[in-house]
Parts: sequence; structure tokens; C-alpha cells
Amino acid sequence: MGSQGGWNQSKEFLDLVKAIGGVPIQSRGGSHRHPRDRNPKAPHLRSVPRRKMKEFIIRLVYIEMLGHDASFGYIHAVKMTHDDSLLLKRTGYLAVTLFLNEDHDLIILIVNTIQKDLRPQVVELLGHGKEAVRKKAVMALHRFYQKAPAQVNHLVSNFRKRLCDNDPGVMGATLCPLFDLVMADVNSYKDLVVSFVSILKQVAERRLPKTYDYHQMPAPFIQIKLLKILAVLGSGDKQASGHMYTVLGDIFRKCESSSNIGNAVIYQCICCVSSIYPNPKLLDAAAGATSKFLKSDSHNLKYMGIDALGRLIKISPDIAEEHQLAVIDCLEDPDDTLKRKTFELLYKMTKSTNVEVIVDRMIDYMISINDNHYKTEIASRCVELAEQFAPSNQWFIQTMNKVFEHAGDLVNIRVAHNLMRLLAEGFGEDDEGADSQLRSSAVDSYLHIIGEPKLPSVFLQVICWVLGEYGIADGKYSASYVIGKLCDVAEAHSSDNTVKAYAITAIMKIFAFEIAAGRKVDMLPECQSLIDELSASHSTDLQQRAYELQSLLGLDRGAIETVMPSDASCEDIEVDKNLSFLNSYVNRAIEKGAKPYIPESERLGFSSVENYRGHYQQESSSHALRFEAYELPKPASVTKVHASSLPTPVTDLVPVTEPTYARETHHAPKTLSTPDVLSAEVGVRLRLDGVQKKWGKPTYTSSSSTPSSSTSTTQKSSNGVSHHEVSSSVDSRRYQQVEVPAEKQRLAASLFGASSSKIEKRPLSSTHKTGKRTAVPSSSEPLKEKPVVVPSTPPPDLLDFGEEPAITPSVASVDPFMQLEGLIGPNSASSPAPSLDSKAADLMGLFDDTSSDDRNSHGAANVIPTKKGPNPQDSLEKDATARQVGVTPTGNNPNLFRDLFG
Amino acid sequence: MIRAVIILNTQGKPRFIRFYEFKPPEKQQELIRSVYGVLSERPENVSNFVRVDEIFGPDIKLVYKHFATLYFVIVFDSSENELAMLDLIQVFVETLDRCFKNVCELDVVYNFNKMHAILDEIILAGQVLETSSEEVMKAVDEMARSEKSSAVSLIPKSVSGRLGR
Repeated sequence: MGSQGGWNQSKEFLDLVKAIGGVPIQSRGGSHRHPRDRNPKAPHLRSVPRRKMKEFIIRLVYIEMLGHDASFGYIHAVKMTHDDSLLLKRTGYLAVTLFLNEDHDLIILIVNTIQKDLRPQVVELLGHGKEAVRKKAVMALHRFYQKAPAQVNHLVSNFRKRLCDNDPGVMGATLCPLFDLVMADVNSYKDLVVSFVSILKQVAERRLPKTYDYHQMPAPFIQIKLLKILAVLGSGDKQASGHMYTVLGDIFRKCESSSNIGNAVIYQCICCVSSIYPNPKLLDAAAGATSKFLKSDSHNLKYMGIDALGRLIKISPDIAEEHQLAVIDCLEDPDDTLKRKTFELLYKMTKSTNVEVIVDRMIDYMISINDNHYKTEIASRCVELAEQFAPSNQWFIQTMNKVFEHAGDLVNIRVAHNLMRLLAEGFGEDDEGADSQLRSSAVDSYLHIIGEPKLPSVFLQVICWVLGEYGIADGKYSASYVIGKLCDVAEAHSSDNTVKAYAITAIMKIFAFEIAAGRKVDMLPECQSLIDELSASHSTDLQQRAYELQSLLGLDRGAIETVMPSDASCEDIEVDKNLSFLNSYVNRAIEKGAKPYIPESERLGFSSVENYRGHYQQESSSHALRFEAYELPKPASVTKVHASSLPTPVTDLVPVTEPTYARETHHAPKTLSTPDVLSAEVGVRLRLDGVQKKWGKPTYTSSSSTPSSSTSTTQKSSNGVSHHEVSSSVDSRRYQQVEVPAEKQRLAASLFGASSSKIEKRPLSSTHKTGKRTAVPSSSEPLKEKPVVVPSTPPPDLLDFGEEPAITPSVASVDPFMQLEGLIGPNSASSPAPSLDSKAADLMGLFDDTSSDDRNSHGAANVIPTKKGPNPQDSLEKDATARQVGVTPTGNNPNLFRDLFG
Repeated sequence: MIRAVIILNTQGKPRFIRFYEFKPPEKQQELIRSVYGVLSERPENVSNFVRVDEIFGPDIKLVYKHFATLYFVIVFDSSENELAMLDLIQVFVETLDRCFKNVCELDVVYNFNKMHAILDEIILAGQVLETSSEEVMKAVDEMARSEKSSAVSLIPKSVSGRLGR
């Protein structure tokens, strides 16, 4: 047949394609567009012959694909589904599928048509005489299940029934829904294991008709689906797995690794073997297949091999050793996909012996890429591995430095807080010596690094905090040296209020520690000028800190020791939340006739700042003005919110997918009541905590969340991160890059451990016999002999056509479409197609009117559309106005104004 | 489940899009631009898989294949097998090749409707329906014939059974 055979694209479509084809997607603002595109069916909408209409609809689909607005024509696609001609109907349904969301207003116009067209309905069609119909009915029912599982719950048994369909295609189609069902509830489908295994066996033994072969493979897609299902069913279930061993072994043996699809089946088999209850023989076969993948030249197969290795390594950790060089090759491959997959593998096989090499590699890669998403992920992984397996303090600090230096702005603020806590609390062992050693090595490296330009803010915060707490603790550095450095930081980052706040607080701590120790501290000129600058700062928080420092300097030694105890960041502070020490004062005031205090939560009409903030952050992703009314204030006490934002044990160190890093304001340890402790004694502090953040963006005040020394003291030492194994033997193995093969060998050695053990560590072959003895009884022959216990389903026999088991048209008691009807509402049945035609005709009149008198300004074009074609009238109006103005409204403007007029 | 089938040309212009989960047109364009951004940075002779979770969401991958001026892309989730998806592209392209005899970018553009018809025979609602390009051709030819003869209501074989009862 000719290339155009039967599909009748008219000359005009080709013209449209040519005309529109030259337009780059970016310029869909409107003015550059070809007139035809602006209105593909401008002339005489009513008199368009149906056949022509079909082509117009195709054009609409086409222009929408290119990013233009086609919503004005949606209604015609809907209309086309009412057509008598099957081909037009088909086009109509296709267009409707592509155009309309299930929530779209126009959908309601299709329900009736579908009900007329689809008779008998889906459940009944499951027993239709034609296998193609049965197959599609199964798929439709699957879609129902995906959309609303609860509503078709009573119908899922149909999938089991269809599994025994004697058409392999229909059977294959049931595997997709069954996979979903098994994933949702494994235990209810354990009885099907035997059936699945027997189907897989028949498929693998080529007992399906030749037409199901694909590239000489018998029904590979069915095999893959079955293997996926079996992997789930056999996971952690020795008995179920026992049924599978033989057939899996057969597949390994029979599968051709020469074709792509053959490898797909083999890979799926490896996945299955690594998921079910382990069987040594199969694991051996899987390892063999994996090594073939890894040795292949194809990047795709290497990728699959690395993935397979990652799965097998969980069961037999030794398996990676054999492939160390292949893994290292993949690590150095220019292919990013492969590289990342390999990093994933390394992440899985990290131990305390190879953590240094792996994390170093990860960091190198992290530095080399620009993709922030992946950078964040790999940074979090580095931090996690470093915390778990760090061999030495120094290495840990250095690693964290590197991560912060290169990805500091990407990692979650909690990682920084966690590091501070870790330094403050130590590794959880009662070894003060080791802890202080850790701190002083941190101080060393921070003082070394602090002068570098372009350090991320988060990292600087950590540095300032650590220098404040421990900068002069071991006496190695003088107070004025550390203060000088901190002043430099504040000066160099004068636009970053958070860093400045950390710096000034750190300076305050150092002064306090010095005075408490009885030493005299000279005020450096740069420090004085910093204090002066901050006292006049626009940020009340910075001002407050500066004034606090000034007044602290005027206090005597005893008072300072109480206010700022040395190395007390882990001490608990008793917080009297009820402020009971004020009771007598309050009572006296009330006696004198003062009004009693009404808690904020009981005062209505007082908009809660914290609530607003939470709300704001949800909205903040859309950088647009908000036009809707403010929410009614919900009563909530500020104090409570603060209490809940106290530092919680950080459980998720790897918040890779967490989208809002702006939440930092909540993570910082912050208490409402700690200032009271201070103000009771210092007496200069303003009560700002409840007052600020009323105006402007809440994030503006984030600097207030920086833990000052007093707030950080509320951290409890009990919730520390204590899962750190500091291996006492500091692994000093650092590989040098000399030349490639030698380096590779060494890298391999450091990654996988001593390669000398390579030969003896293949225990699988020796355990074969025992494996056989234990595993075989269930897997050798008896599959057939056993009375098959599948309660509701007869044992499937795909090819025994003589018997003709069960294609009884299963008349279900409840019709799914009746239910759909219920969804749409009672009047859906009474909106038949004819009335729509008349309605459309009315609208046409309306359309004529608008085009004659509605000569509005450009603004009208923007204002009219509410959202994409919500009803025929709108779309026609929009069309008309657009034509007048000469601009088709793009998708953006209507959305912008929806809030105003919606 | 298969999330989308996309054909782009090497300039990043979409030539054919099919999303199996509804995405508003603006979102579609955004996704396509991101996909093109990823593909255009891939060097030659590397694997055909890319993890695209920053574009489509967690655990979503894509498989692509580069033919002449076109990228064929399938986006899918973890319930599919990468190599099998690669073969599915092969099936699609083979079928197109049979249909159009040495398929090229222009064929894809000018036979937009037919492309949809072909794909609908291979993938339905995000699940693989048919992998034999012969069977696909049969079904598509049948539809073409019925359109040619242009009778009011000709019915493809696959459904004729139910009306014939």
C-alpha cells in the first residue's frame, strides 16, 4: 500500500504542517503565528462536512502537540464521538482522550455516548467471543482498578478467571492487573503461584502458537511479567519459591543471550532469583548471567549487569569481588547513566573498610557535575556513609568539609545541624578525649578553610558555631585570633544576615569564655566596628545580638559564667513554660485592677503568624500574586508551634527528594522561653519572638532561627546520632594515582578488599550438593503430580483447546458503568446527544452576536477565558474575541486572570 | 506502566506525543523540553537508558533510541523492564518502517493520524498490547481499508463479532 493509503490527509493538512513547522516552540506568544494556525477552521464552522471535520480535529491534536492552545475546539472533538461513522467516532474518541482530563467539564457530554457505544459493557465483554475484545475488556477493567480500586473491588476476581482464558493474549493481558493486585496484597494471591509457574513453564517450553514468538523468543513480554509477579510472590516465602526453582533454572538455560529481548528475560530472571528465597544453584546461574552482562561491550548490558549485581550483592556479598575490574571500568565510563548506576552499587556495598575510597570517588563525581538534583542526592549519600562508617575523626571532618564546600547550598539544613550536634555530643561513647580531639581537628580545619571565597552559607554557619563553641577550648589558638577570623567572616558576607548572626554570637561566646576564665580580652578595632555596625542593623535580630554582646562585656565574671557557661551546648535547660515565677507579680497587678491575660489562642480575630507562615510556604512555589481572600484565622498558640519545632532526633539524613529547603526556619533549634532565661539576668533583651514576622516574607526573618548559644544548649544529649562506628584502626590506605592498571588494581583492592581471597571465596559451587539436597524435593518433578490447590481457578492449560474450560460469559451482579453513572450524577442520563446539537446551534447565534458588537479592547482577550474550554460557550467566545484581537490567548494569561474573575 | 511515548527531532521539536496519564498541554511542553535537554547532552555510544526522576518523578526512567533525525523515547516506571522497552521502540519503528517504507521524519509528521492508530495497536493505556508488527499492520490496514471505501459504518474485524451476533 502507498504511504498515504487510506488515511486521506488532505493537502491543507500538509500546508498547515509546513506553515506551523517553521515556528519555533518558544515563540508561541501569538504574533508570529501563521494565520492558518491561529484558526485552523475559521471559515463556516457550521457548514463543515463531517469528513472535513475529522481532519480539523486531527489538526487540532497536531497544533496542541506543538504547544499551541486548541481548547476552543475541544467541543468539536466531543461532538465527533457522537458520529454514526465508526471512523469519525474513532477519531473523536482519540482526540477526546488526548484533550480532556477526567475532571474536564466536557467529559459529562461523553458519558452518554460511551454508554450507547459500549453495549454490552465491560464486565460482560470479558466473556466476549472475540479474543481481541476480551483482551481490551481486561485492560479496561485494569484501568478502572487503577483509577478507583475501591469501586471495582468486587470485580477483581474476573482477572483470576481470565488468567485461564484459552487465548494466550487475553491471559497475558490479565498479568498486568494481577501484578498490581499482587503488589497491593501478596498473601491473597499465594494460591496462584502454581498457576503462574505452570504458565511460565508452558511459555518457556514454546507451547504457545508461533505467532507469539518475538525475535525467536516465545512471548517474552509475558515471560517478563510472570517473572515480575513471581518475584513478588516468592519474596521471603520458602514454600512458594520452591515451586519456581525448576522453571527459573530452565529459563536461564534456554534463554538466548544473543538478542536484546533474550537478555531482558534473563535480567528479569536474575531479579526474580534475587528476590525469592535464595537457592544456591540459581544464584550461581544468576551470577553467571550477570558476569556475561558485565563483560559485554554494550553499555545497556553493562548497566543491567551493574543493576543485577546490586541485587545479588544483598544475598551473597562476595559476588562483587569477581567483577571488581568491570565495576571500576563502569565507574570511569563516560556514560552518566552507567556511572550513576555504579555509584548506586557502591553505595550499597560500602563497609568501614572501603568507605574512604567510595566516598572520595563520590565527592569527586559530585564536584564534576552540574545537575543539582543528583548533586543533592549524592551529597546526602556521602554524608550518610561518612557518618556511618567514618574510620577517623579527621577523615570525617575533611569529608564533611568537602561536601559542604561543594554542595553546601544544596544539602538540607538539617545535615548542618546534625553535624553541629555530632561535634557537640561526640560519637556517643563516653570518651571525652576522643570528642575533644574531634573538635580540635574540626577547629583546625575550619580555621584553615575559613578564608576561602565562596563558601556556602550553611557551611559558614557550621564553622562559626564550632569556632564559637570550641575555637579556644584547647588553648591552641588565642581568643583574639579566632575573633579576628570571625570578624572577617562577618565582613566578607555582609549580605548574609544568618552568617553574621552566627558570627556575632560566636564572638560573644569567646568573650564570655575568656572572661569566665579570668583572662582579659582586648577589644579588637574590627570587632568594635562590627558591633557598631550590627547595633544599627536593619535586622532586629542582629541588633539584639550586638546589644547583648555589648552588655555582656559589662558584666562581672560570676554573672557571665551563669549566662554563658563554657562547653554547655549539650546541657539541658530547665524551662518553666508557665512562667510561674511571674505569678506573684501578676496577682498583684490583678488585685490592683488590671485585666487578666487572655491567651492568644482564645482571642479570635488575631491572625496567627505561624499559621500564615505554613500556608505561605505551601503557596510559595507559585510566584504570583494571590487574589483569593485570606483564610479565616485558625486559633493556634504560637508557643505550641515552637515547642513542636524543638530539635527532634534526625531520622532522615538523606532528604533527597525534599523539595522545600526553605523550611530551615523550623529546623533550627529555637525556643520561645530561652530568652527569658537571659533577660531575667541580663535585662536588656526585647521580647521579639512573638512580634516579628507580621509583615513581609516570613523567610526574611530566618536569621532569628540561628541557634545562639543559649538556644543550642537545649539540645538533649540523649537524642544524639549514636550509630557511628569509629574503627579504632585508622585505615591509612590512600591510593595514589600512578598509572592506570596499577591504580585500578589498587582501587579494586580498596573497594572490594584483598583480591587474594578471590579464588577461595567462591563457596557456591561447594554448596551445590547441600543445596540440592534441601531444595530439590520441592522443585524437581512433583509439580504435576501434586493435586493443584487453586481454589477458584482450574489449572490453566493454555493449549488444551479440546476441553474448552471456562469462557462462560460472566454476568456480574453489578455493572461498573452503573457505578460510573452514579459518579457523574443523576442527570447524566438525561443529557442526550440531540439536545446538545440544538444547544450548539444556539451558541452559534451567540457567537455571531459577540463577534459583531463585542469590540472591546485587548484586555477583553485576556479576561474572557477562565480555563481551557470549560464549556462550549466559553470556548466559542474566546475564539471570537481572539479572532478580533488577532491574538489567540495563550495558556498563561487566562490562568493569571482566573483568580481575578474565577 | 508506560507513562509516555515521545518522538522528538534532533532540534527538540516534538513530532509525536502520547501521554498515558493526563498532562495539561503546558506541562507536556515543559516535560518535552526537559527530555530534550537530557537527550541532547548524551554522547554517542552510551546506554539507551536515563533515570529522569527529576523530570517525571521518583523511579521513572526513559529509554530512547536515535534514528536519523528523530529520537524515539518511552518513559516508564519501575514495573517495566528497560531492555524490553528498548525492544518496544524497535517494534514501533519496525512497524512504521513497514507502513511507510523507509520511514523518515516527514512520514511521521504527515501521517500524524496514522501514527496514533499504529501506536494504539501496540500500547493501550500504558500497557503493552501487541509486539508483533505484522499483527499491528493487519489491524491498521484494515482500518485504512474501511476508511478508503468510505462507507458510513464499516467495522474493524476485531469488533465485528459482537455486532454480528
